[in-house]
Amino acid sequence: MTLAPGSAVRVRLDWPETRGPVHIRTPWYLRGARGTVVRHLGDFPNPEDLAFARPAERRALYHVLFDQDAIWREDHPGDELLVELYEHWLEPA
Amino acid sequence: MSDLLETQSERLLEAVRGLLAQKGIASPSEISERIAITDRASPGQGARMVAKAWTDPAYRALMLADGAKAAEAIGIPMRGMPPLGVLENTPELHNLVVCTLCSCYPRAVLGYPPFWYKSAAYRARAVRDPRTMLAEEWQTVIPAEVKLRVVDSTADYRWMVLPLRPAGTDGWSEDRLAAIVREGDMIGVTIPTV
Repeated sequence: MTLAPGSAVRVRLDWPETRGPVHIRTPWYLRGARGTVVRHLGDFPNPEDLAFARPAERRALYHVLFDQDAIWREDHPGDELLVELYEHWLEPA
Repeated sequence: MSDLLETQSERLLEAVRGLLAQKGIASPSEISERIAITDRASPGQGARMVAKAWTDPAYRALMLADGAKAAEAIGIPMRGMPPLGVLENTPELHNLVVCTLCSCYPRAVLGYPPFWYKSAAYRARAVRDPRTMLAEEWQTVIPAEVKLRVVDSTADYRWMVLPLRPAGTDGWSEDRLAAIVREGDMIGVTIPTV
């Protein structure tokens, strides 16, 4: 999967931490949130496997932009959150 | 396991160093070199990059395209370091860096993070209510018409902010400019002033 800049995505609404020991780089506050891909940052060994010394496949890492107000209701429309997320946490929106 | 936890840290360190050398993972000289590089890194390194970007358009372009190459270009060692991304502040956009998950920080160019960077309070407030946090804790007021972009450093990159060059610095040398750039300016909690 390669996501082009501008692609609309949704962060998977999933909570692997409820199923056993995990190491996750996807902040909980973004689970289920809708965002927009800014760019592909590169491919990196999956930290979810690296943390447990398992063989780690390289996964695409994206910079994804979110509307700050939709997530935290800061009451300042236009503010943004920019976060690095791995491809297996993103689905088309 | 309790034996390991109760071992004096110096003895434990010696044992680990010995094993790393014995297994051919890292030699004593490689470890010393890495410690020296880590200890030399300080906000002064990032400030030199910022000052050069303010005075040299070609360097600015390189820094925005590839922070690690820009760091190496002025002699900052980046071997074995994560990729470095540079976030450009403009009159319309202000960047703020946080790592809500842990403590990811561009140590190669800024050194050790300030104590508050790893605090639960900063990590929570920087994403939840950044404008109020900046105003209350740093007296940094982001004008309403300027967009605030909070960059949550969650994975393999490290991020630093390229702040706006303050007014009143025309004709200043790189050294003089570098002297006004503080650690917080490159995280985005403060703004350089003269």
